Amino acid sequence: MTDTFHSAQPIYYQLAERIHRQILRGELKPGDKLPSVREMGIQSNVNPNTVQRTYRELEGMKIVYTKRGQGTFVTEDQDILNQMRERLKQKEISQFVHGMHEMGYTDEEIESGLKAFLRRRKGEQSE
Amino acid sequence: MIKLDNVSKKFMTKYALRDVNLELTNGKIIGLVGENGSGKSTTLKLIAGLIRPSQGMITINGVQAHRQIASQVSYLSELDEYYGFYNVGQTIDFFATQFPDFSRDKAEQIRSFMQLERNAKLKHLSKGNRGRLKIVLTLSRDVPVILMDEPLSGLDPMVRDSIVKSLISFIDLEKQVVLITTHEVREVEMILDEVIAIKDGQIIGHHNVDQLRAEKNMGIVEWMAEAYE
Repeated sequence: MTDTFHSAQPIYYQLAERIHRQILRGELKPGDKLPSVREMGIQSNVNPNTVQRTYRELEGMKIVYTKRGQGTFVTEDQDILNQMRERLKQKEISQFVHGMHEMGYTDEEIESGLKAFLRRRKGEQSE
Repeated sequence: MIKLDNVSKKFMTKYALRDVNLELTNGKIIGLVGENGSGKSTTLKLIAGLIRPSQGMITINGVQAHRQIASQVSYLSELDEYYGFYNVGQTIDFFATQFPDFSRDKAEQIRSFMQLERNAKLKHLSKGNRGRLKIVLTLSRDVPVILMDEPLSGLDPMVRDSIVKSLISFIDLEKQVVLITTHEVREVEMILDEVIAIKDGQIIGHHNVDQLRAEKNMGIVEWMAEAYE
């Protein structure tokens, strides 16, 4: 099925985010080979030029590396993967907090609300 | 590279295109969008050398467009202009005799990707499969310029998806430039490098799609809504 991208952000950026998440979830493991540019284009219905740009950006962030004639691979450098994990966490939190602030919640309300939510979930899961 | 230099086209007294300047570089898929009658098909026909400009100059890799520019250009018409008594295989073979750059290997690959039977008669093909066959014939040529006039129009979502995927799979972006006219903007948005909007025969915008998203936080549809106001 065709993947959907939203229109507010560049496609290459959204595709990079998607690959980040695949790495975090362990669907792509350190040292795994990424699909070729064309394969990735077909999988996600995206222009190969865009995929190329995504891979270039990821390479710039050292999250992937290219072996000449062999393809693009996920880095095995755990430090970089940890940094990426931390960065995505910060980003997600900052979006959440921004949204809550926009709706007028105070820091205290956010904190207590989040704690209560997590406690409740834990309870539900252990039942 | 395709270049339109101050191009106008008049049909009788009515301007179909007026003072159009465009530069389209290789290695890109470019969408030409606009309302019916805005001049999209006229632009494609001018580049294909099927009609001549009333004013101005069109060049393809430095050569002026004329009737024989067909050796540089693969053109998909919005009309169905094939022989109903041929089957799919005969139509492919016929095309191979018409264009020296036609690759039978590539045609076979795309035909099987599109799941078309070689011995299916054209007059019995569904509209969707006729649309797919047009893609086979257009993309099998090894030419620098591919022009597609409404390749998705009137086709169901499955067929449209197979056409979009075939563009990703079989176009050689190292050396080809593709110009597509379409109303199905959302469907092709992900595969476009650039978008050009045309209104009443004039270019009202020409953007890199990802830049549009990065700078204006807008997809093509939102941008068009703004541009056409």
